[in-house]
Amino acid sequence: MTVPAYQKIVFYLLLTVSSVLIFAPAIIAFSMSFMSNQDIMTGKIIPTSFTLDNYVQVFDRFPLFNFLLNSLIVSIVIMIGQLVLSSLAAYAFVFLEFKGRDILFFVFIATMMVPFEASIIPNFQTIRDMGWINTYTGLTLPFFAMAFGTFLLRQSFKQIPKELKEASEIAGIGDFKFYLTVVLPMARTSLVTLGVYGFLTSWNMYLWPLLSTTDDTTRTVQIGLRQLQSQEQLNEWGVIMAGAIIVVLPTLILLFLGQKKLQKGLAEGALK
Amino acid sequence: MQHVEMIDLEKSYDNQKNVLNGINLAIEEGEFFVLVGPSGSGKSTLLRMIAGLEDITGGILKINDKVVNHLRPKDRNLSMVFQNYALYPHLTVEQNILFGLHAKKVEKKEQQKRLIETAEMMGLTELLKRKPKQLSGGQRQRVALARSVVSHAPLCLMDEPLSNLDAKLRAHMRIEIRRLQKKLGLTMIYVTHDQVEAMTMGDRIMVLNDGKIQQVGDPITLYNEPANLFVASFIGSPKINLGTAVIRDHHLIIEDSIHIPITTSDIGNIIQKDDLTIGIRAEHIFHGEEDKKTHELEVINVEHLGNETLLTFEIGKELWTAKWLGQWRARVGDKVPVKISVEHMSFFDSKTTELIKPASNTAKEQEVVAI
Repeated sequence: MTVPAYQKIVFYLLLTVSSVLIFAPAIIAFSMSFMSNQDIMTGKIIPTSFTLDNYVQVFDRFPLFNFLLNSLIVSIVIMIGQLVLSSLAAYAFVFLEFKGRDILFFVFIATMMVPFEASIIPNFQTIRDMGWINTYTGLTLPFFAMAFGTFLLRQSFKQIPKELKEASEIAGIGDFKFYLTVVLPMARTSLVTLGVYGFLTSWNMYLWPLLSTTDDTTRTVQIGLRQLQSQEQLNEWGVIMAGAIIVVLPTLILLFLGQKKLQKGLAEGALK
Repeated sequence: MQHVEMIDLEKSYDNQKNVLNGINLAIEEGEFFVLVGPSGSGKSTLLRMIAGLEDITGGILKINDKVVNHLRPKDRNLSMVFQNYALYPHLTVEQNILFGLHAKKVEKKEQQKRLIETAEMMGLTELLKRKPKQLSGGQRQRVALARSVVSHAPLCLMDEPLSNLDAKLRAHMRIEIRRLQKKLGLTMIYVTHDQVEAMTMGDRIMVLNDGKIQQVGDPITLYNEPANLFVASFIGSPKINLGTAVIRDHHLIIEDSIHIPITTSDIGNIIQKDDLTIGIRAEHIFHGEEDKKTHELEVINVEHLGNETLLTFEIGKELWTAKWLGQWRARVGDKVPVKISVEHMSFFDSKTTELIKPASNTAKEQEVVAI
């Protein structure tokens, strides 16, 4: 199919304008992180002088490395927890036959409609009573069970022909071995998708780490970013933006690396 | 020795109507047994019950004289080949073949020995490192067979294994599977909806319809003496020619259009005069040479197969087909002389559909052919 030239020009113009609009905040933040305070205050967008001071300061004044490390640990633990629990649950919903399986699955899916904010109070009380405030356990455990992940993996497991399971049964391969050696390798794409999705969501989590931590030992980087802002009387925007850029970096790297797989996997879950 | 025995086997889902009813059957060791029937007849369900993939609702299933109703599939000592081959797409051919052996805790050395042996037998030696995706349909089929062979299970179940192949390859694989079964002395239970496959491969065939056994027997018996109208029309290609008939004044009147004089010796013990259905095979409607023709029929369709010609006639409401050896230049609309005789007809009761009397002449002809 060929598109007429004028139509092409209009399309590209619209796409360019909207992409600039959407990306503008990020670009401004990026350029601000290299500006001196003076430049920022006078409202310039293009820096007159280029400086890395903001980056040096952000690491000097705050335990940013500590925060980053915490975030990394929390995100990875949540990711692994979600992958393990979701895939096991999805396996049961697809390959094991028991009474009320489908009803149970719908109830399971229905929990997706309960917003996280609604369950945050009971979750907080549980974590507090268990004495898990300021621990990695408290930060990660509430996110292990994930209806969306189970749903996504169930869709992907369903595409594995039932005959494979039956062939394994006849060969004498148990459920767990079948799960490990056949199901997981065959659903690789979806697992990567879910992993990236889980990692990014927990990396960007704000409310829960704020509630379940009271000191800097286990705080994640999003809280740290917030602290950059409130501790100063006059906000040093250059430093804050430098912090934000550093925080965004892992997200971007992951996205660029996993873009193709992520798209493929999400589309898989949506279509069927 | 009876390898597999079924006594009053039944199957129903969620207490609804039975999909299988009163299946009584014994399969001998080393036998190639074919289950054939139209789709929905319950043949795959029966096979899966033998494999242990479906629960048995009622009756007893014995393998090697042991009741195995509640035994898990892996403890029944059998192998199975699926319609879509059920190969693991992420594993190589070699890993696919050996997949089950790890679970059975076969020694590494023994595994390799069996692998080489089987790969050679199936002509897969050069393909061992490939993934299933890189194989053709026939090669995948062979891998599936190899996986079944390598397990050394004495009982092999096959669920329409050839239906994904093209016609030429199917004919070739039919022979290969048959040879393999004889060579290894396997007891084979083979499910198919294709009556040609059933006829060409089976030592014995069981025709299943609507969850009930229609007939069990060797291919020639099924062809010559079908127990009822269903078996008659299911077995044989082109389909057997059927027509309702009555006997009046020493004449057999078929579909109100064909009259054939009969004597008592022709019809033997048929007492019934009404509600008859007769069946005659396409190869038994002969070309009538000048003095021997019994009827003239109008041709409504001609199919040339090269070595033989199929002619279609309209008899009352039915379409009849005649199969003549050689090439016949008949045109649509031509009137051709034919010879139809009672001795080639099988008689069925229209109401019960049961066989009353098989064709009297076929048996004689078959004897001549037997070597």
